Amino acid sequence: MKLIHLSPPLDEEDIKKLRVGDLVSITGRIVTARDKAYARVTSGAKLPLDLRGGVVYHCGPLAKRTPDGWRIISAGPTTSARLDRAQGEFIRRTGVRALVGKGGVGGEVAVQLARLGCIYLAFTGGAGVLAAGAVEKVERIYWEELGPAEALWVLRVRDFGPLVVAVDTQGGNLYFPRSPEAFSQVHRQRPHRRL
Amino acid sequence: MLNLSELGRMLTEDSLRDVVAEMLRRAETTLPADVVDGLRKGMRRERSPIPRLQFELMLKNLELAKKFCAPICQDTGTFTFFVQLGRKLKLNFDLETAISGAVPLATREVPLRANVVDPLTRRPTGSNTGMRQPAVHIELVEGEKFQVDLLVRGAGAENCGRVFMLRPVEGPRAIGQAVMLTLTEAWGRPCPPVIVGIGVGGSMETAPLMAKHALLRPLNEPNPDPALMRLEHRIEREANRLKIGPMGLGGKTTVLGVHIEKAACHTASLPVAVALQCWAARRARAKLAGGRLRVVEP
Repeated sequence: MKLIHLSPPLDEEDIKKLRVGDLVSITGRIVTARDKAYARVTSGAKLPLDLRGGVVYHCGPLAKRTPDGWRIISAGPTTSARLDRAQGEFIRRTGVRALVGKGGVGGEVAVQLARLGCIYLAFTGGAGVLAAGAVEKVERIYWEELGPAEALWVLRVRDFGPLVVAVDTQGGNLYFPRSPEAFSQVHRQRPHRRL
Repeated sequence: MLNLSELGRMLTEDSLRDVVAEMLRRAETTLPADVVDGLRKGMRRERSPIPRLQFELMLKNLELAKKFCAPICQDTGTFTFFVQLGRKLKLNFDLETAISGAVPLATREVPLRANVVDPLTRRPTGSNTGMRQPAVHIELVEGEKFQVDLLVRGAGAENCGRVFMLRPVEGPRAIGQAVMLTLTEAWGRPCPPVIVGIGVGGSMETAPLMAKHALLRPLNEPNPDPALMRLEHRIEREANRLKIGPMGLGGKTTVLGVHIEKAACHTASLPVAVALQCWAARRARAKLAGGRLRVVEP
């Protein structure tokens, strides 16, 4: 399959061309953010760097401090859905154009993403060493006081991927249940009714 | 009965701690052979490029993790230990202290991510230990057996577990529905293809423990109870029809296996617990054999 190369900062045109199922790789700067950083941004904290057109990676890396600086050991994606409630607000405040994570976002969040011109890229969960191999350098760490997993890690990556476009700006969402019958059947007969 | 000094040569607090640290290192950096086989089989089943790619990346990551001796996943998890302690063995040290003592050691040396926090302040303890963490479940067994099993639990899969108190009249069909509900609500979040551990019966505290314990059984080992084995196969077929697929991106493989354990329960209850284990189903086992405790898996 063809691999589409992206280099942030991205503009709306770069993003609009992408469709669910496309494979993407990223070279350039990406920034990690998860629960605590999201909470800080959505409560109005000033961003320590410009994220407009940027790529945010849902990840809490495992890293080791060495005499030459930080070395990333394992850095796969975390579950993006934990950030669902803050997602729309985070994108509005930061202007990011692409999220990288795993497990997808909720249906309503996917609609918000399309409206805000932001795509969702899936990296294989658990593939931490593979992801670490794409990191050329830890450029900086902001908000280190949040703890190593929750800080903003500014990473320079080369050929980070392959990432699957899983939510696009045209309403495509790979996580939408492919067997809606099975899904609704299960939910109609919810087995955990109160006795 | 073995006397203490004799046993002291075989098993000391220090030697147990070192073996458990080695279990942690191996569990975090390599997967058991049955899980790798399960992933390869899954990949052969897939016809579409996206699920195939997910499997390829998983397997490639496993090779790299082994090569660099680095944790497969950055979420190095929290730890659940199941210990089988022979009644004839007498220990002259505290088992839980020895096992817990291995965790900060492995956290520094493997290294592991400092995941463990206080549940209210959310402040990290830094050592991956804390109050009742790691979880150590001790079971007394016959003879001189000593076995330690470790399950590594990443939060993605742990967060998707469920406990159901079902209506007893609904029976086995409702058990299957409870699993389908758990899987569809979880979708891609627990890093499928998952191993499904199910605890049936018992009570609100024993069902989840059985569900976790069921995850220790290798994928290629059939359930010794034929009725449970049939139920496992039925649930596995049904689960793979959901087409959630590797990482929730669609595909034929949603679960690698379904493992059930059961316990008798109250006539008016049917507790069912469902624990999901991500594809990076990290576990390790150490056994006392020939007077020495050794890591036997992976």
